Amino acid sequence: MIALLTRDLKLATRAGGGFGLGLAFFLIVVILVPFSVGPESGLLSDIAPGVLWLGALLACLLSLDRILALDWEDGTLDLVATSPLPLEGVVTIKALAHWLTTGLPMVIAAPLFGLLLNLPQPGYFWLVLSLAIGTPALSVVGTFGAALTVGLKRGGLLLSLLVLPLYVPTLIFGAELARRGADGQATTTPLLMLAGITFGVIALLPFASALVLRVNLR
Amino acid sequence: MPELGKYAAEVLTAYGASIVLMTVLVLASIRAARKARKELEAAEARRDDR
Amino acid sequence: MASIWEYANPVKFSKTASAVLPWVTVLAAVTLATGLVWGFFFTPDDFRQGSTVKIIYIHVPAAMMAINIWAMMLVTSLIWLIRRHHVSVLAAKGAASVGVVMTLIALITGAVWGQPMWGTWWVWDPRLTSFLILFLFYLGYLALWEAIDDPDTAADLTSVLCIVGSVFAILSRYAVNFWNQGLHQGASVMRAGAVTGTDTEEKVSNVFFYPLLLCMIGFVLLFVALVFLRTRTEIHKRRTSALLARERLS
Repeated sequence: MIALLTRDLKLATRAGGGFGLGLAFFLIVVILVPFSVGPESGLLSDIAPGVLWLGALLACLLSLDRILALDWEDGTLDLVATSPLPLEGVVTIKALAHWLTTGLPMVIAAPLFGLLLNLPQPGYFWLVLSLAIGTPALSVVGTFGAALTVGLKRGGLLLSLLVLPLYVPTLIFGAELARRGADGQATTTPLLMLAGITFGVIALLPFASALVLRVNLR
Repeated sequence: MPELGKYAAEVLTAYGASIVLMTVLVLASIRAARKARKELEAAEARRDDR
Repeated sequence: MASIWEYANPVKFSKTASAVLPWVTVLAAVTLATGLVWGFFFTPDDFRQGSTVKIIYIHVPAAMMAINIWAMMLVTSLIWLIRRHHVSVLAAKGAASVGVVMTLIALITGAVWGQPMWGTWWVWDPRLTSFLILFLFYLGYLALWEAIDDPDTAADLTSVLCIVGSVFAILSRYAVNFWNQGLHQGASVMRAGAVTGTDTEEKVSNVFFYPLLLCMIGFVLLFVALVFLRTRTEIHKRRTSALLARERLS
């Protein structure tokens, strides 16, 4: 499993592997927002938590079809499936690799992007915390979507349509947590809900992902 | 026609749109059913001929 | 009483569907027409909402069906995954198209109703938002069916999607409630107190309730008829493609 993880990370970080694509997209969203809504700093700091979350989510969505598609095309997936490794473990590793290459960099870069959007001082801690807790759920749900559409020729659009409603709870609680943190309001409820969703998703969804992957490999 | 008052446009739009949508659904279902049945009968006839 | 699983046999199902279908269709048409005509022509206007209350006879049954159809799809998807009855999953597929239209009707009539009452076509109210999300779920489910060629693979994948989607739909419902409290009134039709008239707050009075009940029954019957029809269509399609495959082999 460790070998699979290091292999995925190596592939992703190599030139053309798509590492940094998500981060670049995130940066583009954050830079373009002030141009579209106006440079007024009060307005920007109001919407900053939401924009940062939305940017992170879209960047994540953009990179989802890479999780399994390449391995599917060159037959690696068939090999991995016949190996003694349980498929549930494989999809978990895939999700983890995706999070390490897209989610984690975004969590680290988020405070920097927060500066661009004039995020209020107390918001930084909560923004990083909410992204750190929420983005793993995005990766795991995304892996499920990728497993559903892996056999399709042009699955990209379908993948987005399928994953979009599944992202809603995470987005609501994540953005709410960041917003409340920035406003200095009580943060316990969204924090607990966000953490609950993430842990629940990590615990249960790999079984569904493995199930659909098995169907697709049949 | 009942007296619909100042909201006539809204009520009629709502009813009209809903009825159109439901009619489309029903007609599409019936058409698909006819087509499927015809194709099945054709296929069965070809099988029986042989 | 014969076991319900007998209807899992496609031939038996087709036969029963063909026998029952005319009756259900006629019954659905009669109830729906009576309910709608009663509601549209013979009910008084609400003193606050004017004639817009008449939209309730479509809006509420459509919304009710939109949710219940998804629940029915969840059950039939589970039956497919556990017992591998083709009829079950084909019924889910047939129901989804009806569900998406019902959701659309609920959204449209809601927007048209909200315009004069709340002064806006659309607000990010929890119920409206939930229905938008439900609409996306239906679209995704149908799109997945369309995208996959192999029928059994498609059945498996859409069933898993339906189950996972149900969990997320419930989660979204809570998330959305938490996120915005909203303008919509609470459940006011099926609340026991509202029906018996013991609670006075925002109840739907009997004048409106009986035609509404009739419309609800009519929508359910229409749905049943459509599902029978569409499921039979899918069975026919399957058998045709099986016959064609055999032709090509011989």
